[in-house]
Amino acid sequence: MTKEMTGAEMIIQALIDQGVEHIFGYPGGAVLPIYDALFHQEKVRHVLVRHEQGAVHAAEGYARSTGKVGCVLVTSGPGATNAVTGLADALMDSIPIVCITGQVPTHLIGNDAFQECDTVGITRPCTKYNYLVKNIADLPRVLHEAFHVASSGRPGPVVIDVPKDIQFATGTYTRPKTFAHRGYVPKVKGDPERIQQAVAMMRNAKRPVFYTGGGVINSGRRASELLRELVRVTGFPITSTLMGLGAYPASGPQWLGMLGMHGTYEANFAMHECDLMICIGARFDDRITGRLDAFSPGSRKIHVDIDPSSINKNVKVDVPILGDCTLVLEEMLRLWTAQPGESDKPAHKAWWKKIEHWRARKCLAYKPSNEVIKPQYAIQRLYELTKDRDTYITTEVGQHQMWAAQFYGFEEPHRWMTSGGLGTMGYGIPAAVGVQLAHPGSLVIDIAGEASVLMTMQELSTAVQYRLPIKIFILNNHYMGMVRQWQELLHGGRYSQSYSEALPDFVKLAEAYHGVGMRCEKPADLDAAIKEMIAVDKPVIFDCVVDPAENCFPMIPSGRAHNEMLLGDAAENLDEAITEEGKMLV
Amino acid sequence: MMSTSPSTTSSSTSHYPSAHVAQAIETHTLAVIVDNEPGVLARVIGLFSGRGYNIESLTVSETEHQKHLSRITVVTRGTPMVIEQIKNQLDRMVPVHRVVDMTVTGRSIERELAMVKVRGKGDHRVEALRLADAFRARVIDATVESFVFEITGAAEKIDQFVALMLPLGLVEVSRTGIVAIARGPEGM
Ligand SMILES: Cc1cc2nc3c(=O)[nH]c(=O)nc-3n(C[C@H](O)[C@H](O)[C@H](O)COP(=O)(O)OP(=O)(O)OC[C@H]3O[C@@H](n4cnc5c(N)ncnc54)[C@H](O)[C@@H]3O)c2cc1C
Ligand SMILES: Cc1ncc(C[n+]2csc(CCOP(=O)(O)OP(=O)(O)O)c2C)c(N)n1
Ligand SMILES: [Mg+2]
Repeated sequence: MTKEMTGAEMIIQALIDQGVEHIFGYPGGAVLPIYDALFHQEKVRHVLVRHEQGAVHAAEGYARSTGKVGCVLVTSGPGATNAVTGLADALMDSIPIVCITGQVPTHLIGNDAFQECDTVGITRPCTKYNYLVKNIADLPRVLHEAFHVASSGRPGPVVIDVPKDIQFATGTYTRPKTFAHRGYVPKVKGDPERIQQAVAMMRNAKRPVFYTGGGVINSGRRASELLRELVRVTGFPITSTLMGLGAYPASGPQWLGMLGMHGTYEANFAMHECDLMICIGARFDDRITGRLDAFSPGSRKIHVDIDPSSINKNVKVDVPILGDCTLVLEEMLRLWTAQPGESDKPAHKAWWKKIEHWRARKCLAYKPSNEVIKPQYAIQRLYELTKDRDTYITTEVGQHQMWAAQFYGFEEPHRWMTSGGLGTMGYGIPAAVGVQLAHPGSLVIDIAGEASVLMTMQELSTAVQYRLPIKIFILNNHYMGMVRQWQELLHGGRYSQSYSEALPDFVKLAEAYHGVGMRCEKPADLDAAIKEMIAVDKPVIFDCVVDPAENCFPMIPSGRAHNEMLLGDAAENLDEAITEEGKMLV
Repeated sequence: MMSTSPSTTSSSTSHYPSAHVAQAIETHTLAVIVDNEPGVLARVIGLFSGRGYNIESLTVSETEHQKHLSRITVVTRGTPMVIEQIKNQLDRMVPVHRVVDMTVTGRSIERELAMVKVRGKGDHRVEALRLADAFRARVIDATVESFVFEITGAAEKIDQFVALMLPLGLVEVSRTGIVAIARGPEGM
């Protein structure tokens, strides 16, 4: 389609052509022409947030739960700078976002004009790519290219900075059919020889483990299906990063739980002792590896990743496979089933026996209580009472986030939205807004901390405005619990500035926003309260008052090796297990 | 389909002033002495891209090892007001020691070095060598079918040489960008 229109109209037309139904934004002087163009149509629905950071997180929640690109529209200067945290978050977690920012007219750029900032300069290190459009003739191409860049290869946020005069200028709109970006051609099909080699190694492995991550989620639903099948036919154990939860079901027999800093004993020990690590769409983050020189010393490693810079970044691998998870998994599965060959059954049996031994440690055990609500118990009850529903979970950042990862069982991909890489407190409420908008009939719960929620609480107002019945389930421990835990374990119990003083009354706060507020303080009341929360067809703040002293275990203090893992008091004391493994670890 | 909004112009609905009356565009060569610290080049380049200034050519290298100073030579284009603004913006940057406009001082020498690879046989080869001689280009690598010439001079001279080599089998060119220094006994 070719048509004369203004820059602002092109922006809306491109959104329509890209199938965008919702855009999260906040108006201002430098985007008024775009808001005017929005006003003239009904295909793209604008969602007015209360802070631009919230717009990006909402778009992230929307994107992660649908697999589509999330869209954002903000004004110049403070609008753009407010969006920066969200962009950095999306970059770290590989979330596809297109963010349109207004800019001062081209002739004023560089003059410190009203609400000017160097948006492309500021966002360069926290976007996958960004554009400043100085010529109306470039706008249609840039708009469509931005969607392509955001969603292809390793997904990420893209900023398009559009000066106001370009929004007013008229030009010819066309939707380009192909993208001939000279330098940008992501490789998606893995090298067949390498895959062959990987499958042969899998066939001969005695102590194999799958280590999967967010890349499987990025790759789409089919990747999870293929992964499940490959895990089933090989019989290998599987663990996943925080970002990959749900790709393999938590109820699956071969599931070891999450690995890493707050991962399970069995997952981390399996990683440490394996002879073959099959990493699929994960990036050997420091929360996973701990001390690098002590990370899985005896294994050979296969790494499937779409981003060449993720490969051999932290850990040297033996068989790197550059490609998209779906295509590579498909090929692995095909070769595994087609090629004759027997796996080493006795070795696998011994391996599983060892894993069962580690499992017996019951590393997630905690001391139950009838007096106070244990945060782990609260998540367990929340899980039991919501698992049969169509539920999506978002989180803030802290202990509650880790307990959610440990105790909420994710059965499907795209159901778990959390800020992993940047660890942004304040992610959960706006992300829930985005998720609920994309899934109107579903139950969307933000598992939150009382400190984190105050960072973006104003988005509750957005939820109320758009009748999005999100549930903000606060594990209120009256502390920045994660900070308090580190201070307890590493700084001699000096709780410097980590007490949540002068907290608002969350029930009244909810009511002030025209939502519903609830409080629960006793374990005996919890089930009924959760059921009541689910039944409310409005946004709810659920103030779940929990044990303020509880710590999140297991924990590998950062920079330490896996044998320096700290366990809670309630974990089974399998003495020989610790000392025996301890001896083997460096 | 969306309706076309009434013909609006940026000046009638904008809270921004309109563009200045056009001034003539000039090309200036600036010498910038900076601390040789990590990120200094990124800062200078960021200033140009962030404020929408042009960079025609840019060279940078450490010039005083003991003092950790580097010299950046940048050729830029803009109206006199913009050039003035660029110099002021550079001058106020923390790691920048001095900014000298070599074009305004008017007594500077500018040079660029290029390496030019030419491939050919027979007459072409002979002609390339003859022209190189006329331009005082030196042969710094040769095979039976190729030469690499090194040529130094003003940018226009190099442009001209490259243009002449084109029909004689030009393969590739690598240029340093312009460096400049003032004539006479004074330092900057
Ligand atoms: C308080 C806190 C504690 C944490 N503790 C833990 C912990 O105990 N355990 C833990 O696991 N995490 C933890 N995290 C999260 C951690 O910081 C990282 O975000 C996470 O481990 C990274 O997950 P990932 O390796 O799956 O990579 P992601 O960030 O999800 O990256 C995905 C990888 O897959 C690749 N990829 C993307 N798309 C594709 C595709 N289509 N095909 C192939 N490859 C693709 C990318 O290039 C990238 O390398 C914690 C975070 C916080 C805030
Ligand atoms: C924006 C931001 N600032 C600071 C931090 C550092 N930080 C990580 S967890 C945490 C405490 C979170 O407290 P709360 O939300 O109450 O969760 P809890 O750990 O108590 O469950 C802090 C301050 C962060 N992750 N994000
Ligand atoms: Mg807390």
